[in-house]
Amino acid sequence: MLKVQNIIKDFGGLRVLDGVVFQVAEGAIFGLIGPNGAGKTTVFNIVSGLLQPTDGRVIFNGADITRLPPHAIAAQGISRTFQNIRIFGEMSLLENVLVGMHRLFSYSPAAMFFDLPKKRTEEKLLREKACDILSLVNLEDKADWAAKNLSYGGQRKLELARALATDPKLLLVDEPAAGMNPAETEELMDEIVQINRRGYTICVIEHDMKVIMGICGQIAVLNFGELIAEGSPEEVKRNPLVIEAYLGKEG
Amino acid sequence: MGEFLASTWYTYNTLLYTIFVNGMLALSIYLTLACGQLSLGNAAFMGMGAYTAAILTMKAGAPFGIALIAGGALPALVALIIGIPTLRLSGVYLAMATLGFGEVVRVAFLNMSITGGSLGLNGVPAKTEFWHLLLVMGILIYFFVKLKSSRFGRALEAINEDETAASVMGIRTTLFKVWAFAAGAFIAGVAGGLNAHFTFFVSPREYGFEFAVDILTFAILGGTQTFWGPIVGSTILTLLPELLRFMGPYRLALNGLILLFVVIYLPNGIVSRDTFKKKADRG
Ligand SMILES: Nc1ncnc2c1ncn2[C@@H]1O[C@H](COP(=O)(O)OP(=O)(O)O)[C@@H](O)[C@H]1O
Ligand SMILES: [Mg+2]
Repeated sequence: MLKVQNIIKDFGGLRVLDGVVFQVAEGAIFGLIGPNGAGKTTVFNIVSGLLQPTDGRVIFNGADITRLPPHAIAAQGISRTFQNIRIFGEMSLLENVLVGMHRLFSYSPAAMFFDLPKKRTEEKLLREKACDILSLVNLEDKADWAAKNLSYGGQRKLELARALATDPKLLLVDEPAAGMNPAETEELMDEIVQINRRGYTICVIEHDMKVIMGICGQIAVLNFGELIAEGSPEEVKRNPLVIEAYLGKEG
Repeated sequence: MGEFLASTWYTYNTLLYTIFVNGMLALSIYLTLACGQLSLGNAAFMGMGAYTAAILTMKAGAPFGIALIAGGALPALVALIIGIPTLRLSGVYLAMATLGFGEVVRVAFLNMSITGGSLGLNGVPAKTEFWHLLLVMGILIYFFVKLKSSRFGRALEAINEDETAASVMGIRTTLFKVWAFAAGAFIAGVAGGLNAHFTFFVSPREYGFEFAVDILTFAILGGTQTFWGPIVGSTILTLLPELLRFMGPYRLALNGLILLFVVIYLPNGIVSRDTFKKKADRG
């Protein structure tokens, strides 16, 4: 479904990604792991169109999406969350999800101005759908809250809901467990599995290998911008390069 | 009683008309502020609208309505030309570009023969009736109410809060910013046309940098979280110099102090989102 081909990314003189190659199969939960600063978030930024790679290509369902702007990539069916939460704090939870649904709306400015039936039915239908999406992450009772008033964990869930609202084929999740306690983390991993079962392909970033071992079918390991291993969690865990990368960091 | 009303109207109608025109200008800049962009070109857009509409009614005998729409359309077109290259980039590029643009326009007004050079245009026909202002303002308020609860209003708000996140949600951020800027220019142009037809003249000195900042101040003072803020802000700032007339030379100083006070103690402006919420919902 997603093919990342030989991505190179330089920031100034610094090479942050050096020939990164991996594939995400349709229906999978794919893990992208590596120590902090390895370049994981940069990979997501390139796939979602926020950054242009210095070289290499991103292929999604057979189409080259490398230099498309973010909104066009969203339209292809890729959505994401951010490592440092980026919800719309002043807007309500429901509005956050409705913004996620932006491309599902189609009424014209004239329909807005004259309050035409097309606008009213679309707004009504999609508002109901937005409530459903909020209930997927157990936030439906707070639909009117300003998003900034949610707890940290709640904000992470809302971001997940907003990404789902775009009706993506592929969901990129950047360190969903960051800042969460073990119980919350477990609950979140469970929710990711649930979302996957609904038919969404998921690519999840984590720096702590243990957290996603249990839920990923396939894992790629990034270290200093280079892909040092790829395979099943069992294979990756035994890979000497991976052990060294993690021990090297901790030691 | 009737006589009193008539004389009061005679004394204050210019002030009342100006409140409406300034309210429209405040709304024109609000549209760009609402998607996180700063335009310092709205005074110039107003001037373009004023000249365009006045030239059309004076020299071409155009109907007032047509002249007003043309007075909005020309600045809107110019806004598209300025906005498309500058609004691709986020940040202060629009502010810089419109600052330069305002200066170009001012010099052009001063030197072109069709605008009457430094004398400007005199004897613009009296066409603006009070109900015109009410109608335009009514349409604008209706528009902003509808916008707020629509997909377009949500997109602008999302862009304002976090442009990157908005683009990832599939919103064409540049497109929205350009349209908001152009629609703001249209409103400013119409306001200029209305203004010219009750003050009876168009002067090249009125639409410079200073007035661009005044327009910005209307919006900031009133608050830019909702569209009511700019309306309230412009009304207060238009009335204040009149109310403080008794202060004589200290008038401007007090005016400045009030501004300072509001900025310090009401950082979101006089009207904020919380103004419309019940106490229980706050916090
Ligand atoms: N916009 C940027 N400009 C310059 N350097 C950057 C930028 N974004 C990331 N980097 C650098 O790229 C490296 C990889 O960062 P990142 O992709 O965020 O790592 P990870 O997500 O694996 O922790 C880091 O050294 C970081 O400092
Ligand atoms: Mg990261």
